[in-house]
Amino acid sequence: MQQATRLSDDATLVRVADLHKQFRRGAETLDVLNGLTLDIPRGEFLALMGPSGSGKTTLLNLLGGIDRPTSGSIHIGGQRIDTLSDSALARWRSRHVGFVFQLYHLLPVLNAEKNVELPLLLTGLGRKERMTRVHAALELVGLSDRAKHKPAELSGGQEQRVGIARAIVTDPDLLLCDEPTGDLDRKSGDQILDLLQAMNREQGKTVIMVTHDPHAAARASRIQHMNKGVLADASEA
Amino acid sequence: MKFLGLLWANLRRRKTRLIVTLLSILVAFFLYTYLSAVKTAFTSGLDIAGADRLVTIHKVSLIQLLPVSYAQRIANVEGVEQVVHATWFGGYYQDPRNQLGVFPTTEAYFDIYPEIGISDEHMQAWRRDRTGVLVGMASMNRFGWKVGDKLPITTSIWGNKNGSDTWEFTIAGTYDAAKEGVDTTAIIFHYDYFNEARAFGQDMVGWYILRIDNPDRAEEISKEIDALFANSPYETKTSPEKAFMQGFMSQIGNIGAIFIAVVGVVFFTLLLVAGNTMAQSVRERTPEIAVLKALGFSNPRIVTMLLAESLLLAVLGGGAGLGLAWWMVTAGGDPTGGYLPAFFVASGDLVAGIAMILFLGLAAGLLPAWQAARLNTVEAFRKVV
Amino acid sequence: MIAWILQAVTVSGMNLRNLPARWGSALVAVAGIGGVVLVLVGILSIANGFKAALTDGTAPENVIVMRSSSTSELDSGVDADQSKVIAEAVRVAKDTDGKPLSSAELFVVVDVPRKSTGTSSNVPLRGVAPEAFKVRETFRLVDGRNFEPGMYEIIVGRGANGQFAGLNVGDSVKWGQNSWQVVGVFETGGAADSEIWADVKTVQDAYRRGNFYSTLRVKLDAADAFDEFKDALTTDPRLNVRVMRETEYYAEQSRLLSGFVSGIGIGVAMLMGLGAIFGAINTMYTAVANRSREIATLRALGFGKSSVIISVLVEAIVLGLAGGLVGGLLAWLIFNGYQVSTLSWSSFSQVTFAFRVTPELLINGTTYAILLGLIGGLLPAFRAVRLPVATALRQL
Repeated sequence: MQQATRLSDDATLVRVADLHKQFRRGAETLDVLNGLTLDIPRGEFLALMGPSGSGKTTLLNLLGGIDRPTSGSIHIGGQRIDTLSDSALARWRSRHVGFVFQLYHLLPVLNAEKNVELPLLLTGLGRKERMTRVHAALELVGLSDRAKHKPAELSGGQEQRVGIARAIVTDPDLLLCDEPTGDLDRKSGDQILDLLQAMNREQGKTVIMVTHDPHAAARASRIQHMNKGVLADASEA
Repeated sequence: MKFLGLLWANLRRRKTRLIVTLLSILVAFFLYTYLSAVKTAFTSGLDIAGADRLVTIHKVSLIQLLPVSYAQRIANVEGVEQVVHATWFGGYYQDPRNQLGVFPTTEAYFDIYPEIGISDEHMQAWRRDRTGVLVGMASMNRFGWKVGDKLPITTSIWGNKNGSDTWEFTIAGTYDAAKEGVDTTAIIFHYDYFNEARAFGQDMVGWYILRIDNPDRAEEISKEIDALFANSPYETKTSPEKAFMQGFMSQIGNIGAIFIAVVGVVFFTLLLVAGNTMAQSVRERTPEIAVLKALGFSNPRIVTMLLAESLLLAVLGGGAGLGLAWWMVTAGGDPTGGYLPAFFVASGDLVAGIAMILFLGLAAGLLPAWQAARLNTVEAFRKVV
Repeated sequence: MIAWILQAVTVSGMNLRNLPARWGSALVAVAGIGGVVLVLVGILSIANGFKAALTDGTAPENVIVMRSSSTSELDSGVDADQSKVIAEAVRVAKDTDGKPLSSAELFVVVDVPRKSTGTSSNVPLRGVAPEAFKVRETFRLVDGRNFEPGMYEIIVGRGANGQFAGLNVGDSVKWGQNSWQVVGVFETGGAADSEIWADVKTVQDAYRRGNFYSTLRVKLDAADAFDEFKDALTTDPRLNVRVMRETEYYAEQSRLLSGFVSGIGIGVAMLMGLGAIFGAINTMYTAVANRSREIATLRALGFGKSSVIISVLVEAIVLGLAGGLVGGLLAWLIFNGYQVSTLSWSSFSQVTFAFRVTPELLINGTTYAILLGLIGGLLPAFRAVRLPVATALRQL
C-alpha cells in the first residue's frame, strides 16, 4: 500500500525521555509514570507487561497522542509530539498511528466497511480511492465477505479484525494495541495475534502491545516489563 | 458531504426517538406557517394599500354618511386625480350570519383599485344591467353562484322604497385578484340604482377613495381636503389608505403580538425537546466520540459534525412542517370558507421560518457539541472499562 | 386482585422516586405539556372574557326590541309612535308610579383615542331616558354624577373609562360640532360598561335623528312573559320588529368573535398537544430505557407485566398533571383580569373586556394535559415489557 507521508528513516522510531504523568483524583495526585525513558526501534513488535497500575496503558495513550505527559518528551519518527497543538496532534495521529482496543470500539451504527473507512474521511481522498483501500484492508484481515455487516452481527473475533483493518487502513507506521486479545477466546485470540505478527513482519509496522497474557506476549520480538511507572525487570514485575 | 452518511446513521441510532423528535419539529413549524397565514389574513390589507390612495370618511366615525356632492369639491383639490365613493350596504345572503361586503359605487371603483381585475365582457354586461352586481371570485366559490343567477340580498340598514329589506339583483359578472392578498369577497352594484331605490338617506354616501398624483404630498392633500369641510355639518377625516387600515386593525387588537407570543411559547418548548434529544444522543455516544478523537478527529471537526447532525434534524423536521403547511394553505385555501380577505403564506414569514429552523438546529446542538469537545478521551475510555 | 394492585403501586412508587435522577428529560415533558395548557387557557380566556363582558349583567326578564331585519342595535330604527305602542304592550313591567319600564334608546358610534396606542376607536354612545336606569337594575354610579336631561353631558362606563383616553370626570370631548362634558362614571357589570351614555333627546338633536330611536330595552313583569310579549309585538300590524331576550341578543353578538377565537385556540392547542405528546413519548422512552435493568429484574422476581405498564402510565400521568398545573397557574397569573378591548363586528364598536381564566377552564386544561401525558406514555409502557424476561436480562 502507498504511504501518505513517511517519517524519517531513522532506525529508532520512538524515543521517550524522562516521562512523567500525574493524574488528579479529587484532592489526591497519582504519579502514574515516574521518569520513564525508553527507545523503540523501527519494525519492532514490543509487548508491554506489568501489574495493573504500572502505567502501561497510560504510556500507550501518551505514545498515541491521546494524552499529554506532565513532563518529559516523546519523539516519534524524529517529530516531537508532546508539544504539538491539539489540532496538529489530531492531524498527526490520523496519519501515523493506528489504535487497536480491547473492546474494539467500533461504531455500532456503521457497518464493517464504513467503520474501516472512518479514518480515511480525514484525508482528501475521493470515494473510489477510499473504498479501494478499505477493501484491501478487509481482505488483509480476511473479512471481505462481512463488509456490510454491523458490529452487532459479528463475533468478538471478527469485530477485532475489523478494528485492526481500521487501524491499518491509513497505513500508519505505528500500531498501538491495548489488550487486543483480552476479550477473546483462545482461538480467536490466536487469529488476532497472527494478524498482528503479519502486520509487523510483512508490512513492516512497528507494533506496541500492552498485555497481561504471557502467551500473547510470546509473539512479540521483545518483552518490556513495567512497575510503578518505570521500566522494570521481569523479576520485579 | 462524505460525512453525511455518518450523520444520518447517528440520527437513526434510535429510530423511534428520531421519528418522535422529527414529528415534534414538524408539528411546531406546521403550526407556525399556518398561523402566519392567519396573521397575514388580518394584516394583509396593510401591505397592498396603495401609497397613492387616500380615504376620506366622516370625521366622527366610518358609520356616518357624507354628501355625494363632496365628490366634485374633492376632485378640484390640486393633486387629486380621481375620486370614487362607496357605501356600506350591510347586506347578507339568506342568513344574517352570512354578512357580506356589499358596496354601491360607480364604475371608477375598478380604476382606482387596479389590483382587482375584470374582463371587458363582464364590465359591459354590468353596464347594461341597472340591477346587476359584480361578485368577487371568493364569494362566487363560497356560495357556488353562477353568472346570470338572481341574487337576493337582505340589508340590515337600507330598506327599499318598495317596503322590503331584501333587494333583488342579478349577477352580471365576476372580478378576481390581480395581485396576491387582494380581497375578492365583496359584491359591487350601481350607486344610481341604490340612490333611487333606497327608502331614505338620498344623496349620501359612506366614504370616498381618491388617487393622488404624488404620494409624498399625501399628508398635505389630506389636510387640504379636511380644511374644505371643517365646520360644516359633515366634517371629514382624510388619511392615506395604509394609515386608515392600520387604525382599523388596531381596533381589533394587536394580532401580531398574539401571534408572536404563541409562536414564542411553541418554539421555546420545541427547543427543549430537540435540545434534549441531541443531549441524550451525545451522552450515549461518549465512547464513540472518544474513538473518533483517538482516530484523529479534531475537536473543531467533532463540534462541526454534531452541529451538522442537529441541523439535519431541524431541517428535515422543520422543512417538512413548513412544506406541509404551505401546501395546505395554498391548496386548501381559506378555512373559514370566504370570510378572510386573503389567506396565504407571506414570503417574509417563510424566510423567517427557515431562519428559525436553522437557529433551532444550531441552538439544540450547541451544548452537546461543546460537551463533546471537552470530553477527555482517556477518561471516556476508562469509564467504559 | 389485591396483589395486583399492590404490585402496581410498588413499581409506580419506584418509578416516581427515580424521577429526580432524570429531571432533565422530565422537565422537557412537563414544559412541553405546560406550554400547551398555557396557550390553550390563554386563548380560551379571551373568548370567555369577551362573552362574559357581554352576557354578564343581563336579566332574564329584560328584552330588546329592534327593527325586524336588523342584526344589531347599530342598524336598527324605531320611531316615536312605534315605541309608544311597544311601551303599552302586554306583560310590560310597571314602576311604582305605574309607568311602563320601557326604555327607548338611540345607539350611535363615536371616535375616541385608545389609551394604549393613541389610535382612534369607535365607542358606542347611547342616548337614554330615565327609564333606562330602572330597566337595568345593576346600574350604579361609581364617580361623579348622572347627566342632566337636555345638557351636553355624558357618563362613561367603567370599561370605556379604563381603555380610552380623555373620558374622566371633568374632561371635555368634541364630536363633530358639539362639545360634551364628562360628568360621571358608571358600572352595570355588563355590556354597557363599554359604552358612553347621554340624554336621548340631546343625542337625537346632535345626530339629527329627529324623533327616531334605535331600539327599546324593556323589562317584563316575569321572565316567562317573553312568549306572550313577543307574539303581541310580532302580530301587531303597526310594528315591524324582532324581539329577543337580552341574554340571547348578547350571546348572538359575541358568537362570531368567541367562536372564531375559540376555534383558533382549540386548533392551536390540538397541534401543540400533538407536539407535546411527542415530547412526552421521548421522555418516557428514556425513562424506560434507563430503567431496563431494574424492570427486567423486577419481572424476573415475579412482578407482572401489567404492574410495569401501569407504573409507566402513572409516571406519565404525573408528568402530565404537573405540566397542566404549571401551565394553568402561569396562565392564571399572566392572563386573568388582563384588560383589553376589541371591535365587535356586529355593532362596529368597541367592547371592553378582561381575559377570564375560570376554574372550569383550568380543569379542562389540566384534564387535557393529563390526557396528553397518558397518550405519550402508552407506547413506551408497552415497549417496557416487550421482551421476554430472559432476553431482557441477557442484554445487560
